[in-house]
Amino acid sequence: MTPDDEWDEGTPERLYILTGGRSGPEEAGLDLVTLIVARSAPQIGMQPEHESILRVCESPLSVVEISAHLKLPVSIVTVLLADLLAEERVEARAPAPSLPDIDIIKAVIHGLQNL
Amino acid sequence: MVSRTFETVAGPRSEDTLPSSATSAVKIVIVGGFGVGKTTLVRSVSEIRPLTTEETMTQASVSVDDLEGIERKSMTTVAMDFGRISIDDELVLYVFGTPGQQRFWFLWNGLFEGALGAVVLVDTRRLEASFDVLGRLEESQTPFVVAVNAFDEAPSYSDEELREALDLTDDVPLLVCDARSRESSKGVLLALMRYLYSLAMTSEAT
Ligand SMILES: Nc1nc2c(ncn2[C@@H]2O[C@H](COP(=O)(O)OP(=O)(O)OP(=O)(O)O)[C@@H](O)[C@H]2O)c(=O)[nH]1
Ligand SMILES: [Mg+2]
Repeated sequence: MTPDDEWDEGTPERLYILTGGRSGPEEAGLDLVTLIVARSAPQIGMQPEHESILRVCESPLSVVEISAHLKLPVSIVTVLLADLLAEERVEARAPAPSLPDIDIIKAVIHGLQNL
Repeated sequence: MVSRTFETVAGPRSEDTLPSSATSAVKIVIVGGFGVGKTTLVRSVSEIRPLTTEETMTQASVSVDDLEGIERKSMTTVAMDFGRISIDDELVLYVFGTPGQQRFWFLWNGLFEGALGAVVLVDTRRLEASFDVLGRLEESQTPFVVAVNAFDEAPSYSDEELREALDLTDDVPLLVCDARSRESSKGVLLALMRYLYSLAMTSEAT
């Protein structure tokens, strides 16, 4: 990124506008790998970014994949997702607990062996 | 609201969509110095074409950068590669390959929190590139294994020499891999998972 790019994807100005100046995505409790699924179809008049999220999440998709497909930072995507969650337009499937139980570890071992 | 035109977002290819039964996901982080093969390993194991996410970070909380030629500025863009492996109908594993600039990984919100563990990729020509990250992983109590990505030109050392040089205790698994090979990279992830299994068994026993 060069300092002269006034409307670059990642400039704070653009990101500020996208999120309406809100911050604090943590409140939505979203992890990078929380799976998001759309509950409703995009509607006319929605903010384009909201619409895009609903479109890419027809099947479950992680927060970080949404970020990659929309080319927006995770910190912005989580704010946009908080809106959609509040309106119950998407469902969030929480990641496995951070201290995984032995069953998850066993399942991953098994899954990797079968690749 | 944004007034400029917003290009249509393609989204995942149909063969890359997860089944609607997918309910939870876990993650593993691949760390290591510049060019040790992190992206290559992610690509080798991923079922989707690896994706990239970028985050803009303020450098305010970062201590003075020791990388020459990198000017101090207030914002830095950090890109992270990642891939995905479907474990079964319900569980999905994500594998993250961190970028070379180690200082930023630990600022990345939620990258290490909740991660099952980490793989430290090592190039024996530049062992010192791993010192910083090994220390930070220990600090953050993230369990990890160390995998030497065997480049043809790189010197090979005995396990004892490597453990000594990297200051690794005997319980940390150390293995050799070829990040370009799917089987070998899969073996690295399995080594980490078996290690986590042994840790979980030990903590359950106490
Ligand atoms: N000979 C050999 N070359 C490899 C191996 N793994 C990766 N490479 C090559 O090394 C170069 C760097 O690999 P990357 O996977 O991009 O490394 P990286 O760790 O992601 O690099 P940064 O993201 O820049 O830190 C590429 O040209 C790879 O093709 C290996 O096991 N053997
Ligand atoms: Mg890379």
